[in-house]
Amino acid sequence: MIARQPYLRLMAVALLLVVTSGCAARQNGNPRDPWEGYNRAVFSFNEGLDRAIIKPVAKGYEAVVPTPINTIITNFFSNIGDVLTAVNNLLQGKVRDSASDFSRVVLNSTLGIGGLIDVATGMTFEKHDEDFGQTFARWGFGNGPYFVLPLFGPSTIRDSFGLLADWQSDPLTYVRPYVLRDSVTGLRFIDTRADLFSAEKVVEAGAIDKYAYLRDAYFQHRNYVIFDGMPPREEESE
Amino acid sequence: MKKLIALLLAIMLTAPAWATAGLGPEEQTKAFVDQVITIIRNDQDLQSNGKTATATEAIDRTVLQPRFNFRHMTSLAMGKEWRKASPEQQETLVKEFKTLMVKTYSSALTVYTNPAVTFKKSRFQPTDTEVQIRTQVLQPGRQPADIDYVLEKLGEEWQVFDVVVAGVSLVTNYRDFFTQEVRNGGIDGAIKSLQTKNQGPPPPPAVTP
Repeated sequence: MIARQPYLRLMAVALLLVVTSGCAARQNGNPRDPWEGYNRAVFSFNEGLDRAIIKPVAKGYEAVVPTPINTIITNFFSNIGDVLTAVNNLLQGKVRDSASDFSRVVLNSTLGIGGLIDVATGMTFEKHDEDFGQTFARWGFGNGPYFVLPLFGPSTIRDSFGLLADWQSDPLTYVRPYVLRDSVTGLRFIDTRADLFSAEKVVEAGAIDKYAYLRDAYFQHRNYVIFDGMPPREEESE
Repeated sequence: MKKLIALLLAIMLTAPAWATAGLGPEEQTKAFVDQVITIIRNDQDLQSNGKTATATEAIDRTVLQPRFNFRHMTSLAMGKEWRKASPEQQETLVKEFKTLMVKTYSSALTVYTNPAVTFKKSRFQPTDTEVQIRTQVLQPGRQPADIDYVLEKLGEEWQVFDVVVAGVSLVTNYRDFFTQEVRNGGIDGAIKSLQTKNQGPPPPPAVTP
């Protein structure tokens, strides 16, 4: 399985390297980001790749694809994502949410014509956001150090293992022939990137050091989704 | 008669400034969020060219100045570093951080041209003096954005001291950054990087003829 997925192999090697390199945390560094040197290097690599290829493609995609079609494509992938969400809600013991997620998949796959239209949200089956990283967190695993993944960007050690599990349970992973799987996965990647243009504006406006801004936003956002939008408010240290 | 109309008009125009006093935090938030939406929908430059400068300025003047507690925001963003700053340094920090917040908050909303805001269920007690009001910004064909406002009660008025977008506080997101900055260059170092950010990117080098 892994042999046929070059990215998985690359990531496994990177994980192994970083994990075995031990705690080389700098004395003055951020305790959540002991591998800042490595992370910043991968971050610049990702930024370069985004500037040169991914963003222009996503811009072109947004310009060419009319809004209704774009919505349909987003819905299609969102419906597949709901399978993963349902499984993870179940693994976290949130049976009611999980049942609702499965209902979404059934409704959107049938009435919503194979997931092209999101009919379930209008029928009060709210969309949730779950993945294996969150499930591992619920099971008691801490974040571990911050870890920037090539191509996929901000993550932590826990969430990287989560991502590996996500891929194993993603229906798209098992689409054959490979060329079809890769094309559809690529389309999803570009569609996701295009959906990030709004958030990017806020980052541009707010970030003094983009790397640090995205890192801290990553931790906050993950905490938010782990607690299903109700994280405990941090104490003020004034 | 003309005078009466003028008077009525004047009252209507100044109304938002005081009409919300005494209302609950949710109503007060709704009032100023509606103002923001109105500005966005009516700003010609934003609607026709996608330019955000005038809308941002209007949002700042009519909503953020009276509604946002920038001093509290700055101290919250700096965390334990705040007390290391002298009163003068604090004043400069607040001024610079305000500029940054105005731009950042506005950018979260001016990416929409025809937004609708729904208020989600917010949990708080009538006796609370600190509440979080949950909203969602919607526009067809765009990803909805969860924007929460954290307010504190000052007298009869509720003031915003934190804005949380998709779980990310636009304010506390600078904590680690400021800690690092102060460690490397002291409070003045932090001020310097805020100023550099607010001045924007350096102008392109002049072309010699």
